[in-house]
Amino acid sequence: MTVRPSPDDVELYRQMLRIRRFEEKVLSSFSSGIFYGTTHTYIGQEADAVGVLACREEGDIVVSNHRCHGHFLAYGGSMHALAAELMGRATGVTGGRGGSQHVQWEDFYANGILGGTIPLAVGMALAEKVQHSRRIVFAFMGDGTLGEGVVYESLNMASLWSVPILFVLENNRYAQTTPVQLHLAGEIADRFEAFSIPVAEADTVDVIEIHALANKSAASVRAGEGPRALVLHTYRYGPHSKGDDTRDPEEILRYKKRDPLPLQGDRLDPDLRQRVEKEVEAEVAEAFQRAQDDPLADPASLTSPLDIAP
Amino acid sequence: MNVLQALNGSLHACMAESEQVYFLGEDILEPYGGAFKVAQGLSTTYPGRVITTPVSEAGIVGLGVGMALRGLKAVVEIMFGDFIALAADQIINHAAKLRWVSGEKVRVPLVIRTPMGGGRGYGPTHSQTLEKHFLGVPGLRVLAVTALDDPGGVLKSAILEDDDPVLFIEHKLLYAKPVISLVESSEFSLQRSGERYPVYHLTIAGSPPPMLTITAYGYMAELARQAVQRLAFEHEIFADLVIPTQLSPFSLDPLLESLAKTGRLLTLEEGSHTHGWGAEVLAHAVETHGPRLQAKRLAARDMPIPASGPLEKSVIPDVEGVIRAAREMIS
Ligand SMILES: Cc1ncc(C[n+]2csc(CCOP(=O)(O)OP(=O)(O)O)c2C)c(N)n1
Ligand SMILES: [Mg+2]
Repeated sequence: MTVRPSPDDVELYRQMLRIRRFEEKVLSSFSSGIFYGTTHTYIGQEADAVGVLACREEGDIVVSNHRCHGHFLAYGGSMHALAAELMGRATGVTGGRGGSQHVQWEDFYANGILGGTIPLAVGMALAEKVQHSRRIVFAFMGDGTLGEGVVYESLNMASLWSVPILFVLENNRYAQTTPVQLHLAGEIADRFEAFSIPVAEADTVDVIEIHALANKSAASVRAGEGPRALVLHTYRYGPHSKGDDTRDPEEILRYKKRDPLPLQGDRLDPDLRQRVEKEVEAEVAEAFQRAQDDPLADPASLTSPLDIAP
Repeated sequence: MNVLQALNGSLHACMAESEQVYFLGEDILEPYGGAFKVAQGLSTTYPGRVITTPVSEAGIVGLGVGMALRGLKAVVEIMFGDFIALAADQIINHAAKLRWVSGEKVRVPLVIRTPMGGGRGYGPTHSQTLEKHFLGVPGLRVLAVTALDDPGGVLKSAILEDDDPVLFIEHKLLYAKPVISLVESSEFSLQRSGERYPVYHLTIAGSPPPMLTITAYGYMAELARQAVQRLAFEHEIFADLVIPTQLSPFSLDPLLESLAKTGRLLTLEEGSHTHGWGAEVLAHAVETHGPRLQAKRLAARDMPIPASGPLEKSVIPDVEGVIRAAREMIS
């Protein structure tokens, strides 16, 4: 069972801070060689995952992408298991099989192939619909992923068959190093509207605002009104993965001035805020320490991906 | 010079030599120059012919086909080899069909370059060796570059001298490897045959007659080369190593000639074991040399490539494994 963050001010702040501190620790520890592979951090975008997934109800499904740590933590995934996964430990979310981009746990699915996750998200929503569950699907994707044709096939079918899915488009204004002006023609919202999928759009890092928008869209989806889309304009503060940042430092600074964390933190009682910050710091330190003390994944744990016998 | 510099230099040379050459790919503009930096410097030197694209692998490969049909020579970079799956339809059902269907009236001079392979902990969708799924597609040429001799020259041939669609396989771990020239090496004698796309035949210099033929391509050829050296000096097992550049269409006469001497074949590939390149090599070898042949295939285990270091290592073949297999075959 996953514990879903209750959307009160403190909890929203705590969840965002958990992501922020976790990701900062990931970036600062990378050069020490404790991780395998690469990583894509969520720093700056925390309000999206936290605001949206605070609407999640028991049993809802989350489909994530390469930049999945924030989605996973906001979903209720274990911080220790995520740290252990990055370190290739037996105790990682997938026991070291998937690594940073391929996290699967309970009803949470992430994959490193851009766009490929969207049809299967629609398929899951269709399955929930025909089985009359009240579950809905949250499907996250980035602006760059709008380049993939399969996304549009999926939007068409989602709308055609009126499936319970909320598309969450996080426009952080870049696909890797490519600014949105160099990879996208037309407007993002129009893409959904072309398939008669209603869009709510916001250029904000205010978690409360995002949560309110998401709540409304998710309620429509849950009521059986068909798919909805949420277009959230945001910004990532870190590099695309580890060290590959070609953006103008002044632009980064400009966006850092509208940081989702102090915006929400300032709404809290200072003592309470300080307590939360201490608790989160302790949680992150403990998660990484425990993960580092865990055994590396054992090749004996690897199983065949299929039964061989016909 | 390393393989990365050789390939990058070759791209520059091709764009300088022919105004018909256009380069397309994701995140290839300066100062980034592509995820693996093979495109470094191209966009500033040839701004009009270097196009950074949306994240649309099927689309850009298809556009490359279209540009090739209308008199250009398109070079398309697919950031990770794993993403070639997204472009499979354009390659198999379009690029590979046009020349034949048109009765030779149209040609598709397209090069699709992409890095395959594991070893870096990127996990199941960024570490695969998928070229085996494109071998044996009639109308498509599949090449795999190595660190030997002239990797840049092979790329140049594919871009400027080949009028057919080419899937050009690089390996992430090859980029940093120094290029080994044919003349430099004192420990090996290296022979080159073939025209545009060479087959290399490598033996330990001054060694007794070979007891075993090993064949491998791409980065695995590099591992095989290390194994051949250690087999000779540590175990007194002398092996021929045959390295093709062209994987498909299949043509590997030097291998069959070597087998006539050794009667023992060991194939090595990073793709998964079953239904792989080695199986095709073996089939040709058996058809030629029949029951006298002793053979073994080494390949990745039949499972996705895990992210965690110790897991990944246990799935992908390594030098120790080649040495072990060779010793078992000789004993
Ligand atoms: C099919 C596919 N093509 C290319 C990539 C390489 N890649 C990883 S992330 C990325 C940019 C994605 O941009 P966006 O969708 O905006 O997400 P963001 O990274 O900004 O969160 C690219 C091109 C990939 N993982 N999958
Ligand atoms: Mg983006």
